[in-house]
Amino acid sequence: MSEHHEYHDPANVTNPEHAEHHIVTPLQYSFVFLTLLVFTGVTVGAAYVELGVLNPIIALAIASFKAVVVILFFMHVKYQSRLIKITVGAGFFTFLALVTMTLLDYISRAWGLW
Amino acid sequence: MSESNTILKLPDQRTATMPKRHYINNEDGLLSWLLTGDHKRIAMLYLMSITVFFFIGGAFAGLIRLELLTPQPDLVSSDTYNKLFTMHGIIMVFLFLVPSVPATIGNFLIPIMVGAKDLAFPKINLLSWYLYVIAGITILTALVLGGVDTGWTFTTPLSTHYLNTHVLTTAVGVFIAGFSSIFTGLNFIVTIHRMRAPGMTWFRMPLFCWAHYAASILMVLGTPVLAITLVLVALERVFGIGVFDPTKGGDPILFQHLFWFYSHPAVYIMILPGMGVISEVISTFSRKRVFGYTAVAFSSVAIALFGFFVWAHHMFIMGVSNYSALVFSLLTMLVAVPSAIKIFNWTFTLQKGSITFETPMLYAFGFMGLFTIGGLTGVFLGALGMDIQLTETYFIVAHFHFVMVGGMLMAFLAGVHFWWPKMTGRMYPESLSKLAAVTTFIGFNLTFLPQFIVGYLGMPRRYHSYPAEYQVLNVLSTAGATVLGVGYMLPVLYLAWSLKYGAIAGNNPWQATGLEWQIQSPPLTPNFIETPIVDYEAYDYEWLARKTEQEVTTVG
Amino acid sequence: MHEDHHEVLPQHLHHFATEEQQRETGTFGMWLFLLTEIMFFGGLFFAYLLFRNWYYDAFVAASNQLSIPLGAFNTVMLISSGFCMAVGVWAAEVRKQSLLVIMLILTTFFGLVFIGVKYVEYKEKWELHHIPGAHFDVSQFENPAAYGLKEKPLAPDMAEKTQVFFFLYFAMTGMHALHMIIGVGLLVWLILRARRGAFSSGYVAPIENFGLYWHFVDIVWLFLFPLLYLINRHPLH
Repeated sequence: MSEHHEYHDPANVTNPEHAEHHIVTPLQYSFVFLTLLVFTGVTVGAAYVELGVLNPIIALAIASFKAVVVILFFMHVKYQSRLIKITVGAGFFTFLALVTMTLLDYISRAWGLW
Repeated sequence: MSESNTILKLPDQRTATMPKRHYINNEDGLLSWLLTGDHKRIAMLYLMSITVFFFIGGAFAGLIRLELLTPQPDLVSSDTYNKLFTMHGIIMVFLFLVPSVPATIGNFLIPIMVGAKDLAFPKINLLSWYLYVIAGITILTALVLGGVDTGWTFTTPLSTHYLNTHVLTTAVGVFIAGFSSIFTGLNFIVTIHRMRAPGMTWFRMPLFCWAHYAASILMVLGTPVLAITLVLVALERVFGIGVFDPTKGGDPILFQHLFWFYSHPAVYIMILPGMGVISEVISTFSRKRVFGYTAVAFSSVAIALFGFFVWAHHMFIMGVSNYSALVFSLLTMLVAVPSAIKIFNWTFTLQKGSITFETPMLYAFGFMGLFTIGGLTGVFLGALGMDIQLTETYFIVAHFHFVMVGGMLMAFLAGVHFWWPKMTGRMYPESLSKLAAVTTFIGFNLTFLPQFIVGYLGMPRRYHSYPAEYQVLNVLSTAGATVLGVGYMLPVLYLAWSLKYGAIAGNNPWQATGLEWQIQSPPLTPNFIETPIVDYEAYDYEWLARKTEQEVTTVG
Repeated sequence: MHEDHHEVLPQHLHHFATEEQQRETGTFGMWLFLLTEIMFFGGLFFAYLLFRNWYYDAFVAASNQLSIPLGAFNTVMLISSGFCMAVGVWAAEVRKQSLLVIMLILTTFFGLVFIGVKYVEYKEKWELHHIPGAHFDVSQFENPAAYGLKEKPLAPDMAEKTQVFFFLYFAMTGMHALHMIIGVGLLVWLILRARRGAFSSGYVAPIENFGLYWHFVDIVWLFLFPLLYLINRHPLH
């Protein structure tokens, strides 16, 4: 029995969103490349400016932005199925759970180091 | 054998034969097994290796109980005793409990249950087994070279600064075992998401698959943290940096946070697949669909999710802040709820079902009672005040043995017996297996119930001597351990016997639902002759009755 | 069994119904592996977060020892290698074999330059006795003026904590470099196969999935660079 068009599979596992296979072009990659270079320059420059507690926040924000851009475009996640997107999210969510829940302990200790 | 007190329906043994071709005789030769991609063969390889390590771990348990017969430290020195309980823990946790159901029964059945020909990545599956074997050999090497005595929890700074036993070798072994587990979990997740047969929707899958899916998420996301923790311990031991050393500004509790971030989800990795087995067994031997399928399915995933947020309940007395302890205690109470939901649902499955008491069902009943006790004592321990009194006593030891041995190991045995006819084509001897099940249950209770009492009275764990007033309970416990040992030896013997002399089982001796029971026993290498198309719900006994009415059963 | 209504690649595996299913599961599997890498590095990142907060002054002083030009140059190297890898994936998808091979070679080249620069940096640390362990020397941090550095001197116990920074520096960049080296090894293998035409007739999964691994290693560096090299440069230059 053919699985292609005769049987409408309610559990279509391969391609539930019937997405077309999108090919990202080198031109799009070049924009991403330039963006990454620019923001590398920004993050180096920002390190020399006194911004108090904002310094690490800005540095992490820039790094996160670059990571998101790499994930969406170099790694094609923008054009992938919802499953892949959720998977990526789940990974970072678990990492954040590790960090936050452990910090919960360190921040509230009476030792005074934090 | 055909009275109403059993649902077992074997083909006529005078004319029954094994199928001509199946996955075992498909190819001959040692290499065809060692280089196989067939998930069923890999499952069998795992079954054999896991059994070997189980008995090694069990031997250590025997020695521990032997030492604890008397209050004096008279059998072994304290260092040797430390090595005994450490090796017992490491082997049982990493080389037995974590891979037991997933790598044997899960590997065998998940592709069949979802209607696929194999797991998504057969070569990775084989790699997973090789990593397991290498890990086992590495840990045995550490044992032979002199053992390790940190406790299976590798707590710093003991493991990093104060011991010169084979911590590094063991850490390497556990690291490798971790990757074996990760690859198994990865394979399951991909298979369940992307390789289901036409019509096999998420909510038509057997609950066994849901349970393994949840456990696999934990394997993939939790185990790497154990890996990096072991790397840090190794680096600390070798270079003495100070990341866990208070004198150099490090924090030993950092180790514990990272270690337990994995090791708490690890207990759910261990129990969830067992719960999956219980769902299948209880349904089959009550002839009734599992009550509240959706609740059981979602509770598996909920256990996995909540399981990531409770780890510090292993650290209440270690120096974490009070506020942190409060939060983790509350979350621990919450994580008990999905497990309780499952127990309730299994109980309601039994209600008004047609219950029979074959061996898998006996183990399942044992599971339900013993896991409930174990789980409830876990809730006691989650309460901060109770934990301060009970932690590091035998109460904890009893608690986790109830859930791991009374729970998980019973579920493993239930699963092995339930699917033995499918995996081998042969039935095990029922009366002997019932005897073994009852022996195990009696032995287990005799071993571990006294430990609750003696722990509550204050006997600390991991000590090889104790005050004389605890001796009676310890003697009871050791006696129970002997009975338990007998109970575990029996299955090895009669299951091996059944391979040659057991009755021919046929496709569906239990008259169970599920795709695995619609194919021959043992299955063909590609599982199915043609891709199944699923248009019925899980546990649909009416569908099964209609189907078998029209069938003529011949075997072979 | 499958009907041959469409092109069946020679690399099609029997347990998949369609080639699309095979490719999708491959990508999904690689992403799950990358999740394990996130959690693996995650433990190190947490340790970094903790000790940076506890010993901020030591971390600043130690971080200022790292060379921003080298670090930034390395970041550019990795971004470039990522760009080349992405174009390589495109080349495989549109079946341009020679472009694919060139891009893979360039990716490898940038990766090797990165590793080379890291070797230079590590060697410098060795010479300055900044490798944690028995030979670690804190005198540069207790008395920076004597070394011609415009830094605040650190009290002895805080100066000792610079060792924690360098431990994390070597552990994190070392683990990252290990992943790079494995990646370069895989690249060499892919180049050899690509030259034989293995990826020019529609079978792009290994290139695509390796690309995912390579980009992930790149992302780890994108976080390592600001966290290790750019902690607090403003009082000095």
